[in-house]
Order: sequence, then C-alpha cells, then structure tokens
Amino acid sequence: MPDRDPPLPSVPQSRSVPKKRTRLSLVWFIPIVAAIVGAWVAVTRILSEGPKITIVFRSAEGLEAGKTKIHYNGVDIGTVTDIRLSEDHQRVITTAQMAPKTQGFLVEDTKFWVVRPRISGANVTGLGTLISGAYIGMEIGSSKETKNDFVALETPPVITGEIPGRFFTLKTPDLGSLDSGTPVFFRRLQVGQVASYELDKDGKHLTVKVFVQAPYDQYVNPDTRFWHASGIDVSLSASGLTVQTQSVLSILIGGIAFETAATDPVLPPAEENTVFTLFSNRAEAFNPPPRNPQTYQLIFKDSVRGLAPGAPVEFRGIPVGEVADVRAQIDLKTFEFSVPVTIQMDPTRLGVKVIDLKSGEGLEAMRRKLIDALVAHGARAQLKTGNLLTGAVYVSLDFFPGAPPATVDWSQKPVQLPTTPGQLEATEATVENIIKKLDKVPFQEIGDDLHKAITELDKTLVTAQGTLMSARGTLENTDNLTQPNSAQVQQFSSTLQEVSRAARSLRVLADYLERHPEALVRGKTGEAK
Amino acid sequence: MSPTAVTAMQQGLQSCEGCGLLSRPAPGEVEGRCPRCDEELAFRKPASFQRTWAYLLAATICYIPANVLPVLTTTTAAGADSDTIMQGVVLLWSPTGWPLSIIVLVASIMIPSAKILALAYLLITAQQGSVANNEQRVRMYRMVEFIGRWSMVDVFVDTFTAALIQLQPLMSVEPGPGLIFFAAVVVFTMLAVESFDPRLIWDSVSSKEAGSKEVTYA
Repeated sequence: MPDRDPPLPSVPQSRSVPKKRTRLSLVWFIPIVAAIVGAWVAVTRILSEGPKITIVFRSAEGLEAGKTKIHYNGVDIGTVTDIRLSEDHQRVITTAQMAPKTQGFLVEDTKFWVVRPRISGANVTGLGTLISGAYIGMEIGSSKETKNDFVALETPPVITGEIPGRFFTLKTPDLGSLDSGTPVFFRRLQVGQVASYELDKDGKHLTVKVFVQAPYDQYVNPDTRFWHASGIDVSLSASGLTVQTQSVLSILIGGIAFETAATDPVLPPAEENTVFTLFSNRAEAFNPPPRNPQTYQLIFKDSVRGLAPGAPVEFRGIPVGEVADVRAQIDLKTFEFSVPVTIQMDPTRLGVKVIDLKSGEGLEAMRRKLIDALVAHGARAQLKTGNLLTGAVYVSLDFFPGAPPATVDWSQKPVQLPTTPGQLEATEATVENIIKKLDKVPFQEIGDDLHKAITELDKTLVTAQGTLMSARGTLENTDNLTQPNSAQVQQFSSTLQEVSRAARSLRVLADYLERHPEALVRGKTGEAK
Repeated sequence: MSPTAVTAMQQGLQSCEGCGLLSRPAPGEVEGRCPRCDEELAFRKPASFQRTWAYLLAATICYIPANVLPVLTTTTAAGADSDTIMQGVVLLWSPTGWPLSIIVLVASIMIPSAKILALAYLLITAQQGSVANNEQRVRMYRMVEFIGRWSMVDVFVDTFTAALIQLQPLMSVEPGPGLIFFAAVVVFTMLAVESFDPRLIWDSVSSKEAGSKEVTYA
C-alpha cells in the first residue's frame, strides 16, 4: 500500500543506451532453421525410400522383420519390414522396403527366394547364412512391366544371372538320383546342370530341364542322346556283366551325360528347349529299339527257360531286334505244347541297306524277298544260352544248311519264321542216336561166346593147379639146402674161418714191414721178435 | 510471498540479474546497464515470450526426428541394426533389464516431452495473465530448469558407446542421425527455460492487484 511504502532513498540513474529494439526477435530463426533441417531430413528420407514390395512365401522360416535383407549379386538392396500371415493362413506375406532406384529391378519375371544353407552333393551354398541368418535372393527379370507383388520360389534357381547357354527339356519315366543342380556331363566334362524337374500332368513322365552352358550347348544337336549317368550302372544280361560309370562325382551324386554318336551326320545345334528322351544308360541311349520293327513269331518246341521279353535277337552276333512276348500254347488235338515267341526285328539291319526305297510296298517287297532268301538258305531261329552264369537265353538267327527245308507263309499275321531246336534239344537227339546204335549190338551172341570162353578157362585152371604143385616141391628142396645144420652151410662156415686166419697173418706181416721195411731185403732180425 | 508486494517494475526500477543491484533507468530510457557490474538491465528478460516460444517450437520440431530417426546403429556379423530410442526401450525390456529400460524411457522420452509441455503450459498461462496456481507453476519452472541438463546424459551414453564399441569387423556401434536431433531438443529446451522469465508469472498477479488498486485509488 502506497501509504505504507517507505520513502525511497536517492537512487542512481542508469546510463542511457541507444534503443535497438526489433519487433520480431531474431530468435525465430532458430525454429525456422530447425524446421528447415527437419524438413530436409524428412524429404531425403522419403526420397531415399525405394519402392515397397510384397513377397509371398510358403514359410517364413529364417525371415525376420527389420533384419532379413534382400540381396542381389551380394548387394543389399532391401529389407523385410513386415511379416504376416495371409488371410487364409496358408502363406506368409512379407513386406520389404527396397533401396531407392530399384523400381527398374521389380518387373514381371523378377524372382525371389530364400537363401538358406544348402548342402547338396554337388555343392555347398549359402554357408554365410549360417552366421548372418537367411536372406532373400533375387534375380532380375527381363520383362518391361513393373510389379510390386511377388510370389517367391520354393527352391533357389540353379542358374542365376546371365550365364550364356541353353535350356533343353528331357523326358524320363524315372528321375533316378537327379536333383536340381545335378551336373550334366559331356565327355565327362561338367558342362551344365539340372535346372528343374516336374512331373507331367499325366503322371507318366518327368520333364527335366537341363541347362548347358555355352559354348558346350553347340554340341547338342537333334540327334544327341542324353542318358542317366547316375552312379554305377551294373547290368547283368545275356551279354554278361556290364559296369558303366561317369566321373566319381556322378557316382556320388548322379548326373546326366550326353553325347552325339560319332557316325551320325553333323547336324545344326538343337533349338532351345528341344525335347529329348533321357535314356536309362549309355547302351540304351545308343541302341534304341529298331527304327522300323516288324513283328515275327517263332514257335519253339523246347523249353524257353531263361528267355524273357527284352532278350536280344541276334543274327550271328549282330543285334537285330528283341523278344517282345513269350507265352505257351497247347494243341488240344495232339496235346503238343509249343511256345510261340513274338519278336520285334528289323530285317534291314541284317546288313542290307535300303536307301532308295521309301516305306510302303517297295520296302515290304524287299523285306519279303530278303527273308525268303535267308530261309531258303537255311536261316533258322534257335534258342541259345547267352550267359552260363545267369542262364539268360537269347534268340539266335543262323544258317543251318542241314535243316529241313521250310518256307515262310506271308499270309499269316504275325509271320512265322522257321526254327530249329536249341542246343539242349540237339543234345537230346544225339543221345537218342547213340541209344539206337546201342540197340543194334548182339548182346546174346556175345554172352554165349563169353560162356564158352569161361568153360575153357576152367579146364585151363585145373592144369595150372598141377603145375603149381610140382613148383611147390622144387621150392621145398631149395629150402632144405639153406638149413643151418646142412653140409653146405658147415663147409661154408669153416672156409670163412680159414680166410679169417689168413687175413690176420697178413696184417702181422704188414705191421712188421711198416716198422722194418729193410726186412724185405735183409730178412728178419733177432731184435724184431 | 505476499500478493500485496510491490514489484520493482511497478516502481520503475530494474534489478540487475548479475549483482542484484536495484537501479532506476535513465529518463526516457527503458534499458540500460547496471552501474555496478555493467550487466544489461531490463525490467523483464527481453522478448521473453517470443524467445521462449521460438526455442520451444524449435525443440518441438526437433523432437519428431529425434524419435523417428535411429539413434544407434549396431553393426554385427549378422548385419546392421538401426534402433530408434523407442526401439531401444523395447529392446532393453526384459525380466532382468527392465530398470534400465525404464531409465531410458524416462530420461529420453518422458522428460523431454514433459519439459516441452510444461514450458508451453507456463508460457500460455503467463501470457493469458492467469493467477491460479502461481506457486505450483514456479515450482514447475524450477523443476524444468533443474532437470534440463540431465537429459544430456542420453547423448553422452550414446556417444561413449559409439566411441568404445569399435570391434571391427565383429561389431561396431555408430551414432545415428536421431542423436543430433535429440541433442538439439535438449539444448533448445534448456535455452527456452533460460529465456523464460519466471517473474512474468507474478506480473499478472501484481498487475491485477495494481489495477484494482488503481481503480480504488482513482
């Protein structure tokens, strides 16, 4: 209250300073600068944000939001920011923040996959992910259409990047030990690998995609044969034991080999994605079924044990076809069993080159002529044991000049070719012949003669007994002579005593002479007594 | 404090902030210098509201990137991890590490935001001439002033960690851009506290009283 205020003492006056007052304080620059810096940071952050993409995986194993990176050729170009389940809970949808300026990579056929450590026989990949955790691999597509939603591959593609080469398609009924990444060999040199495989829709074949690197892809032409070089191929057939291998690597992990027959004409390289058959082994690849097989029937009367479908039909050792079917039949009238064997054979393989003739009547006529001529010259089919160990039997075509004449009836379907008994059958026939000859031997007369001879022998034996008796008497006399008290022995003994005495006096003489050799001249001296 | 006290400003006197000497400004002048210690004199801190508001605004602006941008980038063999303050809190939260997590939460998130809110509250109430809770507001001001410097602890811990953990190529820690903004928040709030004149809280009280007296005396 003013009335209670004490009176103010004299107060010094302040010095006056020129006024410098601004209406708006300069301090406002600070928030403005802060705002500008903040805005700049925000703008650069937004600008440095690349596109956001979603990738759908079947499993998010090893993926971690905010941690898992997307790598392209080892460069980190994005990070998984979010992982969530799809609405049907079947799949995992991951959102990834890509690096700036990666929009160009995100096109229709860009592929993503999770890189985890993979140890297959051929190679070990993704070892780094053991420490760093899984990451997402990426392969940039060639399409022009951009896309931001992707479905990841289940398995990493084997061929990534721009490796020159070509893909080929192989059809096989059996995958064997193939896997993606399995090597493809050309003359035991690894030139490619299996890219992928899938079962055909009909479930009967597998389609295997193989990639052959340039420049080896030029060796694949339309006539190239591909076969399983998986492991060790041991086959036991009529031709014996066969062991086929490729490199040690392929023994361990399997593989595919291809080769073009050296005799085949040089063909232009095969187109990309040409379809080839994948044979089960090299022999099969280079010995495909006859190109123009004809069906014939052979009727055998003997046992066909060891003959199986697939057994070779050989003409003097040259394979000309194979057995298609073996079955038995019986003739109800005669109750005679026979085995019709159906074979697939290409008679033109018998060394006859049919070049100018096109398929049809001309070729057919040629074939008939050929077979007629062969049969007329004694060509017959016969079962032969190919391998004693396995008992496998094959059909052999050969000339048997002594065979009964036969003709081929071309009206039959299938055409029957004449056969001749097999080795076993022939042996039986020989034995029969021997028995027949034995039958002709006159065993009765031989027996009578033998009886006579034996009677004669009896008489001879009685005479022999008398002779033996006299021999015995002689021996007894000899025995008496050698008795110890016989005169001869006494005499012999006294003679021996005389000889002994003579020997003793001779020794005395010899001793004396040794001591007194002069005695020979001078005679005995007195002191020598 | 008695609400009936007369303020120096009402008497046309200035008190020196440096030595506390009470002086009368030169005639016709509003500002001057202390005759004893040559400190700049003013009735109140010059442009206190404006400055405080400006610093507070700057702190608020910086507060956003400080929390959005990573403050710490940890590079290990498994890859690089950038963590913001809040992620750090979440990271530290574990059955055994929760006290640490709470310390970070309080020191790095709650205190800066509390400071900004408290200053804004003080400014608004002082500018509106509110007379309610004066003493609480002054206490709040003191607390804000006291607490301000401790927020720097976070920045120091971060920079020390970054300097110490450099086990290339196994592991390394680097400060992130958020740390600069966080330090800016701390500095700006301290400047704002510094530029706020707590006497302004009381000015409205005394001016109201003076006004009423003037009316009665008139």
